Amino acid sequence: MLRILGKIQRIGIISEPLPPLNEPALTEIGEQLKARIGELFGGSLAIREVDAGSCNGCELEIQALNNSWYSIERFGVHFVASPRHADMLLVTGPVSRHMEEAIHRTLAATPEPRLVIAVGACGADGGEFGESYASRGAVANVIPVDAVIRGCPPTPVDLMRGILEAIGRP
Amino acid sequence: MTQDKPFAPFLGHLAQTGLRVESVAAHGLAPAQVITVQAEDWGRLGQEAKEWGCRWAAGWGEDIDGKVDKAIHIHACFEKGGAYLLARTMVTRTNPILSSHTPSYPAADRPERHTQDMFGVAFTDHPDARRWTRHQAWKSSEYPLRRDFPAAGHPLAATPADHQYKFLAAQGSGVYEIPVGPVHAGIIEPGHFRFQTVGETVLHLEARLGYTHKGIEKIAEGRDAASLARLAGRVSGDSTVAHAWAASMAMEKAAGLTAPPRAVWLRALMCERERVANHLGDIGAIANDVGFAFGFYQFGRLREAWQRASCEVFGHRFMMDCIVPGGVAADLEPRFMETMRDEADALRWQIGKLMAIVYDSPSLTNRLLGTGVLTPEQASALGCMGYVGRASSLDFDVRRDATYPPYDRLKVTVPLHHTGDVNARMRVRHEEIVVSLEVIKALLAGLPDGPVGSEWRVPIADSEGLGIIEGWRGEIISYVRFGAGGRIARFFPRDPSWTTWPALEVLIHDNIVPDFPVCNKSVNGSYSGNDL
Repeated sequence: MLRILGKIQRIGIISEPLPPLNEPALTEIGEQLKARIGELFGGSLAIREVDAGSCNGCELEIQALNNSWYSIERFGVHFVASPRHADMLLVTGPVSRHMEEAIHRTLAATPEPRLVIAVGACGADGGEFGESYASRGAVANVIPVDAVIRGCPPTPVDLMRGILEAIGRP
Repeated sequence: MTQDKPFAPFLGHLAQTGLRVESVAAHGLAPAQVITVQAEDWGRLGQEAKEWGCRWAAGWGEDIDGKVDKAIHIHACFEKGGAYLLARTMVTRTNPILSSHTPSYPAADRPERHTQDMFGVAFTDHPDARRWTRHQAWKSSEYPLRRDFPAAGHPLAATPADHQYKFLAAQGSGVYEIPVGPVHAGIIEPGHFRFQTVGETVLHLEARLGYTHKGIEKIAEGRDAASLARLAGRVSGDSTVAHAWAASMAMEKAAGLTAPPRAVWLRALMCERERVANHLGDIGAIANDVGFAFGFYQFGRLREAWQRASCEVFGHRFMMDCIVPGGVAADLEPRFMETMRDEADALRWQIGKLMAIVYDSPSLTNRLLGTGVLTPEQASALGCMGYVGRASSLDFDVRRDATYPPYDRLKVTVPLHHTGDVNARMRVRHEEIVVSLEVIKALLAGLPDGPVGSEWRVPIADSEGLGIIEGWRGEIISYVRFGAGGRIARFFPRDPSWTTWPALEVLIHDNIVPDFPVCNKSVNGSYSGNDL
């Protein structure tokens, strides 16, 4: 235990400030995000992430939002296990036909008002996979989408900016 | 590949048993030896290969629509001692019936069911006739990988849920069933797990995958080489370098093209960076799954820094689309040589400090030691490789045992553990990071000068190639055949996850349900790489 505490003390808080090379906008975006979440969601935005058939690249970057560099919870954003607790769905991937019904059910389980964001090149327009016998392509082909975050995969900062833009709209 | 024909004694043995084997020269498939056998001998070939001590590594089909040859070709790839044997047979489209390799090799189970769903080939003595990849997106009478099936398919307005799959059901007082997924509680890929449990103890687990099936094999058809490399880089997002490399290697062999030495060294540099990034993330996630948040945040910190460095050097956090047919997309700027070397040293030092804390934490090791045990016998039967195999005594690494440039010039130590539990899988990952950091330093020290790409040369129709490399999960086997005009006729990427998903079902036996997440994470199969 002492070694852990020693390690924590020596490393210190490393989430801020970020090196200028790496996205100086992060804290700025984060603060805007926090302010907006304060206004609209009582300080807490709950997101349910759903992989609708992605290659897993988007999931890795969404997971990264929880690492100590981004630590997105400090801005009031947290990921929840159930759509019933969610204000927002982040949907990745081209929607595989095998996930189509699961996406409908997930949406139905998310209480209104809710926001749906399609994430990644695949979520935006089908990406490398497009539409086929196995894939319905863009998330918007299956459920109504409020906003899109592009990128293959979008970086954690892209994701934060995209979430901010989605909730920044009147 | 020290011997010229390492399978010669085996082929001699087959001839003695009366099995008609024709050895075929297939240029792009070297060093794998290629044989064809009659369809009626297919099952026996499996038995003989098993007795000879071969591992069943991969299997796939291809519908050939040539002028003279209209048939479904079935392939099985065996490995022994680092040498590969690719066996082929064919069945007619009208009567696609074949004996199975599954009675000899459990590893062949799901690949054969995939072939059944995608080509309509019936494996007569397969113990499990249930569909695997097919849910409800296409009819049972439709076979997506047949030539006459359009890539767009004949889809319904909406695809219904797959609710009629017959899971094995246990009965008795106190037995209950837990269905999980396809949408999971975490930020992970979709799949369904069906647990039969008594109290907290898992009696049986069955995975139902295929939810991320997006028709990779079908939509590969008709692409050019560059486009296939992009698709291969998205077979599994965390293995983008490895899959793009394996596919590019297969295409280059088919085209009779060699990537320049500098490009090959840079590919290995990226592949090792990918291995380190994923192991860092997984060690953190294993710690997190048993509530050891310290480990999660520390390893997450290291992974993020590592990914940022990859982005700075190669322009992408995952190095996606950095490997292209003929070479790599961009050269390494000299100013990064020293920073990468320092970064490797710094990471090694940090890992050492952190792992000392991890190994020294009884509350953590208490949950990892003896949890999720995969015995060497089980791992061997399932054909496991990569860190899952190496934690269960299976000493195989393509980089060392079926070496390819630039690893033929480097020393790769392969960590080995024998207890087969979550702890062993974590230790293997730790030790593999250390090995990778040494390899990275050796790669930087010996990086040749010269160009980083060869001009792509369109291969003649019917050229085929096999790319076999060690991805971070283990051996990846990528098969490519070109059709006319340099367009892809067939692409099959075999991710290691095909062998480790069945391993998860085995190693979870007699563990408690709350330990499933950590068992799962220690194996970390790719859904996308498996579902294709």
